[in-house]
Amino acid sequence: MNALLEVENLSKQFGGLRAVQALSFEVREGTILGLIGPNGAGKTTVFNLLNGVFAPDEGQVRFRGADITGLAPFRVARHGLARTNQIVQPFANMTVLENCVVGACFGRENLPLARAREAAREAVTLVGLEDRLDALASQLTIAGKKRLELARALAARPTLLLLDEVLAGLNPVEIERMIGIIRTIRDSGISILMIEHLMQAIMSLSDRIVVLNSGAKLAEGLPAEVAADPMVIGAYLGDPGFVDKLRES
Amino acid sequence: MILRRPFFWIIAAIVAAFAIAPAIGDNIELRESLVLAAVYITLASNINMILGYAGYVNFGSIVFFGLGGYFSVWLMSAHAWPLAAALVAGGVAVSALALVFGLGILRLRGVYFALSTIGVNEGVMAFVANFGPWGGSTGIYLSPALFQPLGGPAKALWVIYYLLVGIMGLSLVLSYAVKRSKFGLGLLAIGQNEDAAALLGVPTPRYKAIVYSLSAFLPAIAGGLYFFKSAYIQPPDAFDLQLSTETIVVAMLGGQGTVAGPALGAFLYEELRGWLLTSPTFSHFQLVVAGVLLLAIVLFAPGGLMGLLYRLWPRLRSFLE
Amino acid sequence: MLGLLASILDGVLIGAVYGLAAMGITLIWGVMDVVNLTHGAMIVAGMFAAYVLVGAAGVPVYATLPIVLAGGFLVGVGLYWLSVHRVIGQPPLMSLLSTFAVNLVLVGLGTAVWGTDLFNVPASLPGFSLGRYTFPGTHLMAALLTGVIALALYFFLYRTRLGKAVRAVSNNREAAELVGIPTARVLALAFGLGVALASVAGMLIATMFPFTVLSGDAYQLKSFVVTVLGGLGNPTGALVAGIALGLVEGLTTPFVPVSWTLVIEFILFVVVLITVPGGLLTLFRRRRPA
Repeated sequence: MNALLEVENLSKQFGGLRAVQALSFEVREGTILGLIGPNGAGKTTVFNLLNGVFAPDEGQVRFRGADITGLAPFRVARHGLARTNQIVQPFANMTVLENCVVGACFGRENLPLARAREAAREAVTLVGLEDRLDALASQLTIAGKKRLELARALAARPTLLLLDEVLAGLNPVEIERMIGIIRTIRDSGISILMIEHLMQAIMSLSDRIVVLNSGAKLAEGLPAEVAADPMVIGAYLGDPGFVDKLRES
Repeated sequence: MILRRPFFWIIAAIVAAFAIAPAIGDNIELRESLVLAAVYITLASNINMILGYAGYVNFGSIVFFGLGGYFSVWLMSAHAWPLAAALVAGGVAVSALALVFGLGILRLRGVYFALSTIGVNEGVMAFVANFGPWGGSTGIYLSPALFQPLGGPAKALWVIYYLLVGIMGLSLVLSYAVKRSKFGLGLLAIGQNEDAAALLGVPTPRYKAIVYSLSAFLPAIAGGLYFFKSAYIQPPDAFDLQLSTETIVVAMLGGQGTVAGPALGAFLYEELRGWLLTSPTFSHFQLVVAGVLLLAIVLFAPGGLMGLLYRLWPRLRSFLE
Repeated sequence: MLGLLASILDGVLIGAVYGLAAMGITLIWGVMDVVNLTHGAMIVAGMFAAYVLVGAAGVPVYATLPIVLAGGFLVGVGLYWLSVHRVIGQPPLMSLLSTFAVNLVLVGLGTAVWGTDLFNVPASLPGFSLGRYTFPGTHLMAALLTGVIALALYFFLYRTRLGKAVRAVSNNREAAELVGIPTARVLALAFGLGVALASVAGMLIATMFPFTVLSGDAYQLKSFVVTVLGGLGNPTGALVAGIALGLVEGLTTPFVPVSWTLVIEFILFVVVLITVPGGLLTLFRRRRPA
């Protein structure tokens, strides 16, 4: 399997805070890589660096062999790297379909409007929002908005999808459903890099896991290896339930 | 493609009404009132592309109108260009200038951008007032002889009127075509949430600069026509911040972000203004009325008239854009 | 040389008053992220309040200051509830437009009553002589009173409970609400203060220069320039930037025709907005971690 995304020695500092330190990892084609770590470990910052929301101080990001380090967000999106936001950011006064058409229009394939509408419909159907096509995004429930966020990213037909806590705030039934959707996406050939706090979910979904602590990589490996790593358990000691959560999974 | 949409024919009907109404019985009074309405509709439709679609408040949009006026009037008086060439050159020059300004100030967002647009208008006005070739603070006066090629003053006024109505129609078509296009979709996304739009791949810096420049083109030509009609141009008239802000009032009144709204708002506002100016009690209170109107819209009906109409008859959405 | 020095010093005196006006804008922005577009109208209101109080009621010129201050505050609080409260937390477009609407109403009413004639407030104080040059006493007095008001504002914001509440709300509105600060009333208070500063600045300007109902636009724009130079939301910055602008004006007047100073100011304004949107003062504290 080839490396789709290669991150090398990535660093970012905000004032005195080292948000990300010399981080390296890679996402292989057709796999799901989970990015976990305690609160404030710098996970979302990593996404922001990959996406071009911030430019890294040091390091390199290569995507399908091309150097995309520090490119503007819209250029990164054109390369086929789509993303969902931890806090949903729908275009509130647009319909569900229009939201997704934006994703399809300006994403990797840069589709013309008519064809973008088709791609958007497919994405909406995949996440199960097809009966709300013409509803305004602002009228959706939180779970609906989360699914919209995902559909909008998917409509771009990305090569790699970055998911930032898509399960947070959902109830167990919705979580079950979302996990199913994520598997379907992976099976359709889209690779995924995901941040998630729900250990059970990420352990079962991910092919590999990278553990981040204070901006640096603490461990990497198969889910089972990582779960057994004493360093990882140590890092989570501030979170007493964590060890139990790991055992459950 | 666009010809098959019912809304296109609504635009065509509006333009036809403007063209025919004053011609019946040679009604010059009606024509003069419609001239202003056409100017308001042109300005409001164009500012709507940046205000209503992309969500950027441009307090100084009148700078395009004024500069267009100056370019055209100057080309005609100092270089004896024919009207049509002077108008097009004015439009192109102002659009190009707007692109340059836009690339600078569109790096700003929200209130910072809004404040800078006032700065641009006032800065340009202060510059023009000191600019020798354009007559400084006295401005430029056109010789009546310039009306001769159009068949004398009386006939020229009709020609100017029809050209203005044409520019108004083009503004509506442009506003509509942009809204239905991929470019327009990108602008609407920027207006709703610029960061999210950029993450999805909308080339935000380029789109904003293009729409800023595009929204300058037709107002600049309208400015050329308007000041050709007046036969003189001076800085305070050309860069009248009050007209600039009335344009925003008009767009908000009709419903920012819709195509028909700004036109509807412009027409009603102009009629209201005309009526207020002739009424002895209210003639001093034009600004007060505009202010109260705007405040009421912002606080209680941010969607404007179109928002209210959509709420009353949701089916309107399907053909009235 | 002495002429240039005198011109600069006089510029500084006037600049201090620009700074005072700009403090009104920046205070409101800092606390509630609203750009108060009634600012110019309230500067003019201060001018005409002084004119009416002196002319019709016979109040001594400088005794109008507390009246204008109190009146400006009350009007400001009223304006907050009328035009700002409903749009707090909405996109900036809404508050820009709602305060702009009030501005239209006020200017419209003003022109209906006073037309666009030139007015002035008769104020004469003995000047201060420096060789051949005399600084008008009114300019000295205006700068002095500006200093007093700025100090009083500083004392209020940093030494009183209410002032601390204002700063708390400006730092983090939700957190302030959680600890029991009645944020809406604090916002109204801050808006009232901002408007009071604008109207007092107007009153002081009226003692120095003639004015019309439409003078507000020019002074409002100057306030924006000053506010942006000093950094939106930074009262100290506004005062410093006001003085700096006055200094620049004083420095350029002998060499550049007066009509060009506006051009220079707006170019400065737009360039600063684009290059250092945080205000010029941020250039001096780059080192500090964000």
